This record gives sequence, structure tokens and C-alpha cells, in this order.
Amino acid sequence: MSRSDNPVWVIAEQVSEIIPTVCFELVGQARKLADDLGASAEALLLGEVTRDQIDLLFYSGADVVYHGNSPDFGIYQSEIYSETIVTLSKETQPQIILLGSTFIGRELAPIIAAKLGTGLTAHCMDLFINEEHILGQRIPAYGGLISITCPEKRPQIATVAQGVFQVPELDKNRSGKILPVEPPVGLKLRVKTLEVVIKKPEGVPLEEAPIVVAGGSGAGCVEGWQEIKTLADVLDAALGSTRPAVDEGWTDLDTMIGQSGKMVNPELYIGVGLSGEQQHMVGITNAKVMVAINNDPKSPVFEQVDYGIVEDCREFVPLLVKKLQGKNKKSRT
Amino acid sequence: MLSIVVCVKAVPDLDEADKIRIDPDTKALTRHDIPLVINPLDRNALEAALQIKEKGEAHITIISMGPPSAGNVVKECLALGVDQGILLSDPAFAGADAFATAYTLYKAIDKLDSVDCVFCGRASSDGATEWVGPELATFLRMPVVTMVREFVEAGGNSWKVKADIEDGYRLVQVEMPAVFTVTHTANTPRTLSFSGIIKARKKEITTWILDDLGVAEESVGLKGSPTIVSDLTVVESKRTCQIIEGTLEEKADILINKLISSGVLL
Ligand SMILES: Cc1cc2nc3c(=O)[nH]c(=O)nc-3n(C[C@H](O)[C@H](O)[C@H](O)COP(=O)(O)OP(=O)(O)OC[C@H]3O[C@@H](n4cnc5c(N)ncnc54)[C@H](O)[C@@H]3O)c2cc1C
Ligand SMILES: Nc1ncnc2c1ncn2[C@@H]1O[C@H](COP(=O)(O)O)[C@@H](O)[C@H]1O
Repeated sequence: MSRSDNPVWVIAEQVSEIIPTVCFELVGQARKLADDLGASAEALLLGEVTRDQIDLLFYSGADVVYHGNSPDFGIYQSEIYSETIVTLSKETQPQIILLGSTFIGRELAPIIAAKLGTGLTAHCMDLFINEEHILGQRIPAYGGLISITCPEKRPQIATVAQGVFQVPELDKNRSGKILPVEPPVGLKLRVKTLEVVIKKPEGVPLEEAPIVVAGGSGAGCVEGWQEIKTLADVLDAALGSTRPAVDEGWTDLDTMIGQSGKMVNPELYIGVGLSGEQQHMVGITNAKVMVAINNDPKSPVFEQVDYGIVEDCREFVPLLVKKLQGKNKKSRT
Repeated sequence: MLSIVVCVKAVPDLDEADKIRIDPDTKALTRHDIPLVINPLDRNALEAALQIKEKGEAHITIISMGPPSAGNVVKECLALGVDQGILLSDPAFAGADAFATAYTLYKAIDKLDSVDCVFCGRASSDGATEWVGPELATFLRMPVVTMVREFVEAGGNSWKVKADIEDGYRLVQVEMPAVFTVTHTANTPRTLSFSGIIKARKKEITTWILDDLGVAEESVGLKGSPTIVSDLTVVESKRTCQIIEGTLEEKADILINKLISSGVLL
């Protein structure tokens, strides 16, 4: 494959006029990829935002910001957004398009890819330019990591969750070009978002919590899950989960940690009744101290943590809760 | 009559699938013959269709692309109350990524007359891209709503649904025909009934191969997939684990002390 200097794009969304963190992380990574390719890093931002939000995209590494400032871009409408992105992409031929694994990104990415007739890779854990000068995209599979490439079709499209890449250091000396983008004309909308209802949960978001207690299928039942939740409560920790715990209905999808869930970055991670499957563990790589509680001494989770407790969680967790409660009382008096 | 298509994937049974591993020495996959089951989230898509059928007249077709052994999954759907079952099975379909899968499903749905809506699961348990539904919609030139948690108004020319977003939902109005992906909180899927199994005995599974879809071999399966897997690496853990020994009580005390001395617990 011959080298190409076509731009590297990030789709920067805005929710209530704020650009989510993941978009800045992606602009930072796009900058690195673009430097490796000798290309420019560009962000496509749809919706009204204040000038300082656009500057943050420049400070994070963007050379160009395409900005759709029309009220038509105000809230996410899949048809308007995808048509705009596809039209501009056909005109300017980016070689790579990155999107956050947000609800919007997860819906938009496949629509864009199908319209442009190209491939895409979901929930990547790493992005790099390989020897063939194309995008290598790492995802967990089979207890390891596999690389996915899209060798022939362009653009190469990938989604990435918040926290996979670091927020780039802001370089306030940087600036760039703002180019206007218009909404498509004469598009008859078949899907219309009438209303957006958001209720911010109380407490620290999982992604920022200093302590995370995550439960897995080993909880066994609702009561077992409740005990893990209590452990999180006494530690003032955020509650995380593995996919089976979500599938069982013990907890919501937005507590799921891992490849298709959230990335966490705590000082302390305690995994209870979970097997340490790669798809989950990739969500926690930077934790300072990791603990696993599992009744199977051979569980692969023990190879990936600092401290292991081989016990039935139904017995150990309530005891740990009791000890921690006692301790808290002592330290408070 | 409302014509609903549900896309159902036959996936390796999860309890067994975790046994697929990379051999650290040979880097080869240690595969075994793993039984195929209905993708868990597709049960929610199917249930959504069955509930709509209970409220009005509807005809439900399920389509599954997979190996011949996926026929069992199609059969189970028939027993759950589906009217027609189509299995897309051809060696040429093997190795498809989300793009090629969606394209193949599109070609099959395009053969049916007048489809009013298509339901997919939110994600498959083995691929888990969440791409197939929106890609399929795009090929069908239909609008799509992903992550539907509630069908508020369904059946007419214009539907209203609630769809999950971060910390909330959006209320979306959709002109039909359209594609929906259904989340696991949308409903509680029914289980097999004896009468369903008896009735399903009379229902036939239709199998379509490459020629039935009238597509070129190059546009399906591995050949029709824009993405390829290029290499496998084994992840080495950076941590060494200390297993804490003692009685139950001792283990709890030691653990708490360790966490305090490493500064992560006050
Ligand atoms: C493409 C793809 C993406 C995925 N994305 C994610 C993701 O983002 N996040 C995620 O979590 N998963 C994800 N998964 C699923 C993942 O592969 C695993 O299936 C999942 O993480 C396993 O969850 P678990 O450890 O809770 O369950 P299991 O693997 O079933 O492990 C349960 C553990 O609990 C132990 N146990 C049982 N009873 C007890 C007891 N009484 N006391 C103590 N221990 C007990 C067992 O010894 C076992 O080790 C994904 C899968 C795929 C294919
Ligand atoms: N081979 C297949 N046959 C039928 N439906 C499929 C197939 N693969 C994916 N789907 C549908 O697409 C949804 C999302 O799958 P995925 O994009 O793999 O996460 C699934 O829940 C199914 O409804």
C-alpha cells in the first residue's frame, strides 16, 4: 500500500453544546496518527458551541475544524448527521475517520461506513500506523489481542471508548482553520428525535471513581449482587460489572466495564466473582492496585491482579463489609 | 397485514465459547465444536415482534445467516411463534464481517415482498459490534433507531420509540418502513411452550444459498468483508498476584491492611 497524506478525521459531537471528553482524546490520537502519516488531523463538529470549545480542538491537535453551526445540527438527527459527514467525506477523502463509542457514535459509524461502502472496527483498544502505512486497530479476542485492518477500502473507520487514550496535553499556542459546513438541502427526515430526557446519576461517574468494585456472574443471584453493591457503598466506590451481570438484569448496561463498556482508571479495583476475561480486563489496565475475589484458585483473573482471595464471595463479601463498617466507625470517632 | 422481519444470529453457547483460547506457544486457536444457540439479545428483538403481533395482525419472518447447524436456532424461533424461518447458508457466506453480514441479510430481505420493519438485537454475543442493524438499514435505504428500550406507538405508518442514550433516552418518531435494534431492557423474552413446539413441527425452514440471493461471491463472506484480522498477540500480565492465606477472618483483615498500607484505602 502506498503512503497517503489524506487527512485523519475525528467526528466531534456535542451534547448540549459541550464536546465530550472522548472527542478530545481522539483528536490527540489523530494528531499522532497524522504525524506518522505526514497528514493533517481534522475534526468535524456538528452543532453550535462556543468558540473556546473549538479552540480546545485546536489545542488538542486539530489542524482544521469543519464546523456545522446551523440550528439543524442542534440535536443529533441520524439522517442529517450521516448525510453531512458522507458528503464531506466524499469531497475531501479522509483516509481515517474516528468516532467515540458513544450512543451517537455507535449509531453513526455503521451508517457512514455502509454509505461509503467501507469497513469499520468497533471499540478499539489501540490504533497505530503499521508497516504498510495503514491503520492497525487492536481489539481483545480469545484471551489475547487481535489486529484488524481495512486494507483496501477507504476511509478506515473505528470507534473508541472514552479513556482508551489519554486526554492530550493542551498546547495553547496551536490554532487552525475553521471551515463552515452546511446541512444537506431537501432532505426529508424519516427519523426525528422529538425529545431528549437525561437524568444524570448521582455520585462519581464510574470513569472517574477512585475505587471501583466490579461484580460478575459469580454473584450467582440478586442477593449475591446486592452484597457486592453494599461493598461498593461502604467503600464509597463506583459499582462496575461484567456482561453476564448485565445480561442477568442485576445491573444496568452503563455499569459494564470493558471493551464494549466503560474504561475505568481507579486507584483500587476489586473484582468479585469474575473470571478476568480480556474483554473486561482491558477496561482497567491502569488501576494502581487490583484485587480479585474468586472461589476458583485456577481462575485466570488471579494472573492479572495484585492480591487474590480464594473464597466464595457469598461468604467473604458480607464479612469484608462488616469489617469495613466497623473500621469506618472507629476512624470517625 | 404488518410484515416484520427479525434477524437472529446463531452464536456459540457462551458457557462453552469462553473455552476458545489462543495457545500461547503455537498462537493457534484452541477450538472445539461448540453448540449454537439464539444470540441472547435477539430474543428481545423476537419478543418485541411477537408482542406487536399479539396486538394486531402481523406476519413474522426470521432470517439467520450461519452454518447448517444454525437450523436448530431457526427451528426454535418457529416454536416460539414465528411464521416463517429462513436460513442463509452457503460456504461462500463464511467469514463475513459486519459489513458483509449486513449486505447478505439485505439481499435476502430484498427478496421478500413488502417488509414493514426489521428488528435486530442490540448486539451479538460473539461479534458484539452493534453494526449489523444500522448497516442493514442503510443498504435497505430505511431509517434506523438503535438501542430501542420501548415501543411507545407501533403498528401504523409512523411509530414512536424510546431509545437509550447516555444517562437517559430519546423519544424518536419514525416513518415506516424502518429498522430497530432492541435492547435487553425492552422486554422479558418468552420461553418455549409445548403447543409452540407441536405447531412448529408443521412449519418448514427455507434455506437460501448464494445463487438464491443472486449476488456475486466476491460481495459476501470473507471476500466481501472490508476488514481482516491480521495478527494475534497474547497479553502478558504486568502484575504478580499474592494469594492471601488464612482463615476467612484473617483474609479479610490482611486484605484491609494491605490496601491501607498501599495507600489506596484510608
Ligand atoms: C466482542 C465481545 C465484547 C465483549 N465486551 C465485554 C465487555 O465490555 N465487558 C465485559 O465484562 N464482558 C465483555 N464480553 C464478555 C466477556 O468475554 C466475558 O464473557 C465476561 O467478561 C465474563 O464475565 P464474568 O467474569 O462475570 O463471568 P464468567 O466468565 O462466567 O466468570 C465467573 C467467575 O466467577 C467465579 N465464581 C463463581 N461462583 C463464585 C462464588 N460463589 N464466589 C466467587 N467466585 C465465584 C467463577 O470461578 C468464575 O471465574 C465481551 C465479549 C465479546 C465476544
Ligand atoms: N449472521 C447473522 N444472521 C442474522 N442476524 C444477524 C447476524 N449477525 C448479526 N445479526 C443481527 O445483528 C445484530 C447485531 O449484531 P452485531 O453487529 O454482530 O453486534 C444481532 O443482534 C442480530 O440481530
